[in-house]
Amino acid sequence: MRPASLAAIALVCVLTVTVGTLGLRMSRATSDFYVAGRTVTPRRNASAIAGEYLSAASFLGVAGLMYQRGIDILWFPVGWTVGYLVLLVLVAAPLRRSGAYTLSDFAELRLESRQIRGFASLLTVGIGFLYLLPQFQGAGLALRQATGWPAWIGALLVSVVVLAAVAVGGMRSITLVQAMQYWIKLTAIAIPAFVLLAIWSQHSSGPVELGDWAVPSTDPAGLYTTYSTMLALCLGTMGLPHVLVRFYTNPDGRDARRTTVGVLALLGGFYIFPPVYAVLGHIHLPHLAPGTRVDTMALQLPEAMTDGRSATLLTAVLAGGAFAAFLSTASGLVISVAGVVDQDVLRPLVARRTGEDAHSSVSYRMAATVAVIVPALLSRVVEPLGLAATVTLAFAVAASTFAPLLVLGVWWHRLTTTGALAGLAVGTLSALVTLGAAFLHVEPHGWPGLLLAQPAAWSVPLAFVTMVVVSRLTPGKVPPHTNRTLSRLHTPESLLPP
Amino acid sequence: MSPAQRPPSERVRVTASRRSAPRHTARPVADELSDQTVLGEIYVRGLMRAQLRLALSLLLLAVLLLGGVPVLFAMLPQTRTVTLGPLPLPWVTLGLVVYPAIVISARYYVRASERLEAAFVDVVGRG
Repeated sequence: MRPASLAAIALVCVLTVTVGTLGLRMSRATSDFYVAGRTVTPRRNASAIAGEYLSAASFLGVAGLMYQRGIDILWFPVGWTVGYLVLLVLVAAPLRRSGAYTLSDFAELRLESRQIRGFASLLTVGIGFLYLLPQFQGAGLALRQATGWPAWIGALLVSVVVLAAVAVGGMRSITLVQAMQYWIKLTAIAIPAFVLLAIWSQHSSGPVELGDWAVPSTDPAGLYTTYSTMLALCLGTMGLPHVLVRFYTNPDGRDARRTTVGVLALLGGFYIFPPVYAVLGHIHLPHLAPGTRVDTMALQLPEAMTDGRSATLLTAVLAGGAFAAFLSTASGLVISVAGVVDQDVLRPLVARRTGEDAHSSVSYRMAATVAVIVPALLSRVVEPLGLAATVTLAFAVAASTFAPLLVLGVWWHRLTTTGALAGLAVGTLSALVTLGAAFLHVEPHGWPGLLLAQPAAWSVPLAFVTMVVVSRLTPGKVPPHTNRTLSRLHTPESLLPP
Repeated sequence: MSPAQRPPSERVRVTASRRSAPRHTARPVADELSDQTVLGEIYVRGLMRAQLRLALSLLLLAVLLLGGVPVLFAMLPQTRTVTLGPLPLPWVTLGLVVYPAIVISARYYVRASERLEAAFVDVVGRG
């Protein structure tokens, strides 16, 4: 039991709820709940996007996985950052100009089909749950590591705090919370890194021999894993439900682009630090404490390198930062999943029951509760796969479903409703196969196992090709307003009437 | 009565009206855009092609540079272990240098695509 860590975690939770409820008085209209009334400046929005994006996988997962598998894991943070570059050049401004709140809104607007809207909503909820899972599991692991309490308390704590901040304040207060949480996370990962580096440099003599661990692998399997992971991370970013909803808070397409450049700088600044923990862990932590997972390696490092009060303090700072990561990513995901559940399921239902009497925030709060409770319960049932591995699976699913829909939807006039539906179906099917194999621990040896574990290299091209080929085969199914929609997506706002 | 014998019709002076008739004026393309006409859509297609070319060339560069790194490590084994100052080359490239490079290319892209849009606004602008 370590009171300092507990105090740091409590502080982050209290700050999140307080700042979150401050936004309560400001948010009245429905658009305030979803997209902060679209009045967020690029600078604050960039902090908020980076704050939301840096999840349990970035804060603890990468350092742990790199500690376990070596330098090849450096590609993960690179891929997560390049994903934003791909998003910037392919879809950022057009998506903002589409004026849609969610991926489902975009799908319906572009393809003029309720069926595709429904499909996109299901996928959003699925990817959202898959991505929420490691946040709850990470919270459990971190709290157990820091305090010795059972893991379910961590998941419960994150659920309660996220629900309080999201259901009460909506998007505007969450924007503030997440902008703040980026800086908490950066501080919490940077300061212990510098302190630990200083401690290490005092005690080290001469160059360190890191061995094969620090040499990139060049066998075919290693290369395939690297390229497939990179494809998933680069194209998956644009298809994550909580990433896109943030772009709608920009005033226009130009600001959406400028925000993205800010996000890239903030992400790069953060991702310099996880490898520091992995290297120091490799030197100072030959064995993890029995019964712990590699995901908590960074939290064990301070005690391995120093003792007494400084170790306690550094662990506390890291635990607080990790909780900021769980809370910010979980609240962003809950907001977007709740938005979809609300718009497509609950609001029509509530409206029918109450004769359109109820205020729209009632159904939104119900949706937020669903979006928290389901994955929190799932996280207790499903065997953890490792934070970075689960998050990468979510990226692979997004890359083989939403990425082709968005890229072809934004740039290709001949995309048809049937083609989009077929591509989404193929992408979802390959995702279900790999997810099933991962969670049921079906791991064949050799190349079949590799193809199942890293599906993006085949599932992404397959989905793209299906969408293109089926669209060419069904030229009559081009949505009637395609040209008008596309010119709206690409026309600079200054040419349009206000 | 043959046509030749018809009495010549009275001569009429034909004049062009100089003021009252509506002059044919060019409709600003911006109106075509905001009214969402077919002509406006054709203009935007030109902009789309230019933007797509810019996006794809940047992505191609990124694929060649980043995708080339594992190939480099595989082809030239000494690049895997050579050190730059205190750090091995793979750690320097993938852990440090890559991030400023990404930010610089993003800034370049934003400027270039804003220039394309500004040129488009100049050409079709409300005139």
